Amino acid sequence: MANGVIAAKFENYLEYKKHKGIFAWILSTDHKRIGLLYLVSMVVFFWVGVTLGFLMKIEMLTPGKTIVDAQTYNSFFTLHGIIMIFLFIIPGIPAVFGNFFLPIQIGARDVAFPRLNLLSWYLYVIGGLFAIISLFLQGGPIDVGWTFYVPYSIRTTTNVILPLFGAFILGFSSILTGLNFITTVHRLRAPGMTFFRMPLFVWALYATAWIQVVATPVVGITIVMVIVERAFQIGIFDPAIGGDPLLFQHLFWIYSHPAVYIMILPAMGVVSEIIPTFARRTIFGYKVIAFSSLAIALIGYFVWAHHMFSSGMSNTSRAVFSLLTFLVAVPSGVKVFNWVATLYKGSIDLRAPLIYVMMFIFLFSIGGLTGLVLGSLSTDVHVTDTYFVVAHFHYVMFGGAAIILFAALHYWFPKMFGKMYNEKIAIWATPFIFIGFNMLYFTMFILGYKGMPRRYWSYLPEYQTLHIVSTVGSWILILGLAIMFGNLIYALFKGKPADSNPWGGVTLEWQIPSPPPVENFDEIPVVNHGPYDFTKINESTNGRY
Amino acid sequence: MEKQHKEHMIPYGTYVLVWLSLISLTVLTVTIAGIEIGRLALFVALAIAAIKSTLVISYFMHIKFDDLIFKFFLLVALVTLASIFILTATVFFFR
Amino acid sequence: MEDINSTVISSTQTDTKSEPHHLSIPHQHKDAIGAKIGMWLFLFTELLLFGGLFLLYMAYRLQYSKDFVIAASELNLFLGTINTIILLTSSLTMALSIAAIQREKKKLSIFSLLSTIGFALTFLVIKYFEWSAKFQHGIAPKSPELLSKPNGEIIFYGMYYSMTGLHALHVIIGAIVLSFMFVFLVRNKISSKDYIKLENSGLYWHLVDLIWIFLFPLFYLLH
Repeated sequence: MANGVIAAKFENYLEYKKHKGIFAWILSTDHKRIGLLYLVSMVVFFWVGVTLGFLMKIEMLTPGKTIVDAQTYNSFFTLHGIIMIFLFIIPGIPAVFGNFFLPIQIGARDVAFPRLNLLSWYLYVIGGLFAIISLFLQGGPIDVGWTFYVPYSIRTTTNVILPLFGAFILGFSSILTGLNFITTVHRLRAPGMTFFRMPLFVWALYATAWIQVVATPVVGITIVMVIVERAFQIGIFDPAIGGDPLLFQHLFWIYSHPAVYIMILPAMGVVSEIIPTFARRTIFGYKVIAFSSLAIALIGYFVWAHHMFSSGMSNTSRAVFSLLTFLVAVPSGVKVFNWVATLYKGSIDLRAPLIYVMMFIFLFSIGGLTGLVLGSLSTDVHVTDTYFVVAHFHYVMFGGAAIILFAALHYWFPKMFGKMYNEKIAIWATPFIFIGFNMLYFTMFILGYKGMPRRYWSYLPEYQTLHIVSTVGSWILILGLAIMFGNLIYALFKGKPADSNPWGGVTLEWQIPSPPPVENFDEIPVVNHGPYDFTKINESTNGRY
Repeated sequence: MEKQHKEHMIPYGTYVLVWLSLISLTVLTVTIAGIEIGRLALFVALAIAAIKSTLVISYFMHIKFDDLIFKFFLLVALVTLASIFILTATVFFFR
Repeated sequence: MEDINSTVISSTQTDTKSEPHHLSIPHQHKDAIGAKIGMWLFLFTELLLFGGLFLLYMAYRLQYSKDFVIAASELNLFLGTINTIILLTSSLTMALSIAAIQREKKKLSIFSLLSTIGFALTFLVIKYFEWSAKFQHGIAPKSPELLSKPNGEIIFYGMYYSMTGLHALHVIIGAIVLSFMFVFLVRNKISSKDYIKLENSGLYWHLVDLIWIFLFPLFYLLH
C-alpha cells in the first residue's frame, strides 16, 4: 500500500496554476489551497493574539501600572479573546486540516461546494478585518471582554458595533464550512467508504459541523440584537427599559458553549488519527470513539447555563445544568481511555506529533478535571470569574485544541508541503512549550483559588510572586512556540523532500503522493476495509516500518 | 444524475387543496382569537400554526416524499430547537 | 444560493479508468440531492436564527403578558390577515411553478413564478404601510412617545420591529433570488431535467412563509 504510490497524472496542487501569482491562491477553489489560505491567515492572527497575551502578562508583573493603563488593558484582554477564539481556535482545525484532509480521507476530489468553500474564507478574512479596523476608529478599541455581555456592550462608548458585526460574519463563515462538510460526508464518500469505515477525524469533523450549523445562528442573531439595541434602543437587552441581561447570557452561551466543542472535537479527531499511526495498531474501540463524538456534540448543546451559575438563576435550573455538565465528562473520558488503551502494547514510535499528543492528553486531562470543579455548584461559586476559570479554559483550549493543532501541523506537514521538518528541533521545542505552559497557567489555578479575579488590571501585593512566575512562564512558552514555528517555516523552504508516507499511516491521504495532486486521486479508490487496518503494513515490514 | 430527478410529482390539485386548508386554518385562527377563551387562546393559536407549518413542510417543501435523510435532518433541527426552548423555559419558570 | 446549486461530485460514478484526465477544471456534475442537502442545512440555520428571536419573545411574553396584550391591540389585524393570505398564496404559486417545470410547462412555470414575486412585493407594500402608520402615531424605535410607555410595551414593539423587520428582509432577499430564477427560466437554464435551482429557491421561499405562520398569531392575535 505504502509502496504502491504511482506517479500521478495530475501535477501536484502547489504547482498547478490556473491563475497567476496571488490569484492562483485567492481565486482557487481547490480545498487544499483553501486550507492553506486559512492556515496562513490563522497563524498571522495567532501571533497577534500571542503578542497581546505577552503584553498582558508583562502588565501583570507589578500591581498597578507596569506598561499600560487600565483602559488599554481592558482592550487587550478583549482583543486577545476575540482573536484567539473567533479567528484562531474556532476555525482552527476544521478550516485548515478539515478542508485539506476531509475530502482526501473519504476518497473525494473536493468538498461538495468548492466555491462556497472559498467564500467562507473570504468571509473569515472580512470578519477579521472588521475587528482590526475597529481598533483605529474614533471611540477606541472594544473593551467589553470577548463575551460582549450586556449592559456593558450597549453602554460603553468604544467601537462595539464593528467588531460585533465582524463576529457575525465570522459566524457565517463557520456555518458555511459546516454545511459544506456535512454535505461532503453524505454525498462524496468513495465507493465502499461506509460511515463506519471513515477515519475518526472525519467523524469528529462531522459532529463538529452539525454544531456549527445548529448553534452558530443563535449567536448570530444575538449579536445582531445587540447592534440593534445600540442603534435603536428597542429595550430587548437594556435593563433600563425592561430588558433582561440574563437572556443575553442565555443566547450567547447557547452558542458559545457548544463552540467549545467546535474547538475541541476536531482536536480529539486528530488525536485518534495520530495515535494508531505511531502505535502501529488499530484504534481501540473505534465505534465507541465515533459515537462519543456525537454524544459530546449532543450533550454539549444542553449545558450552556453552567456559565451562568452565579448570574441569578434558580436552584432547580442550576442543579439541572450542573448534572448535564457532569454527563459531558463521560464521553470525553471514554475517548481518553480509548487512546491510552490503543497505546498499550503498541509498537510505539515516539515522533514529534505523538509527543504533542502526549502533551495534549496530560494538559487536557487537567483542563477537563478542573472543569468538574467549575461544574459543581458549590465550588463554582467560590472560583467563578477568577483566574481559576482563566486557567481552566486555557488548559482546555490552548492545551487541548491548539496543542493538537500543532500536532496536526507536524503530522501532516510532509503531506501538505512535500517537505520534511527537522525532527530533533521539533522535539526540542516541546519541553519549552510544556514547562512554559504549566508555569504560565498552573499558577493561575492557584491565584484563582486564592481569589484573584479575572480581567483585573491591578491586584493585591501578596499575589505578586505567582504573577511573576506566570509571566516568566509566558516567555518560555513563547520561546518554545517560536522554535516550533521557526523550524516549520525553515522546513518549508529548505526541508528535505518527504516520502509519500513518512509515518507508515494507513488512512487514504498516505496513499497518494506528497504533496497531493490537484484532484487528489487519479482514480477514486475503492475501500474494502476499516480505516486503521495495519495488518498489511505490518506484514510487509515485519512490524517495523 | 437523471435518476435523482425521478421525483414524486405532486398533482396540482393536491397543492390547491393544501392551500385551501391553509387559508381555512388562517380564517379559523383569526375567528378563535375573537372569542374569549383565556389562556387557552395562545395554545390554540400555536397548535393551528403548527398544523399549518406541517402542511407547508410536508407538501410544499416535499419532505413527505423526500429521502429518509431529509426527514432525519429535519428531526435533528427541530429537536435542537425544542430543547433550547424547553431548557430556557425551565430557567424562567423556576425563577 | 448560487454556490449551493453548483456541486462537484466525484467522477467515479460516470467515468472510471478509460478516459485520461486533462489538466483542466475538475469534472463537474450536478448533484441535485447534494445541493438540496446543502439548502436544507442552510434553512436550519435560518430556523435557528429566528429561533433565537422566538426565544426572546417567549421569555418577555411570560414576563410582560399584560403589556403585550395592550400593545398588540394597536396592530392592524386586518392587514396582518391579508398579508398572511398573500404569503400562503405565494407559497402555492411557488410550488405550482416547480410542478409546472417538472411537467415541461415552461409558460405556466414562469407565470406562477412571476405571481410569487408579485405577491412578495404586495406583502412588502402592505408591510410598508403598516410600519409607516405606526411611525406616524409615534410608535417608532427611540421615539419619546414609545419610550414613555410601560417597559413591556416598549419591548413588544422592539420585538415586533426586529422580528417582522428581519422577516421582511428575508422576503426582499427571496424576491431577488426568485427574480434571478425568472431569468434562468426564460433562458432555459432551468428545465425539466435540471430544476434544482428553482427547487432550492422554492424551499427558501416556503421557509419565509413558515416563519410568518408563527409571527402572525404571536403578534396579531393577542387579546
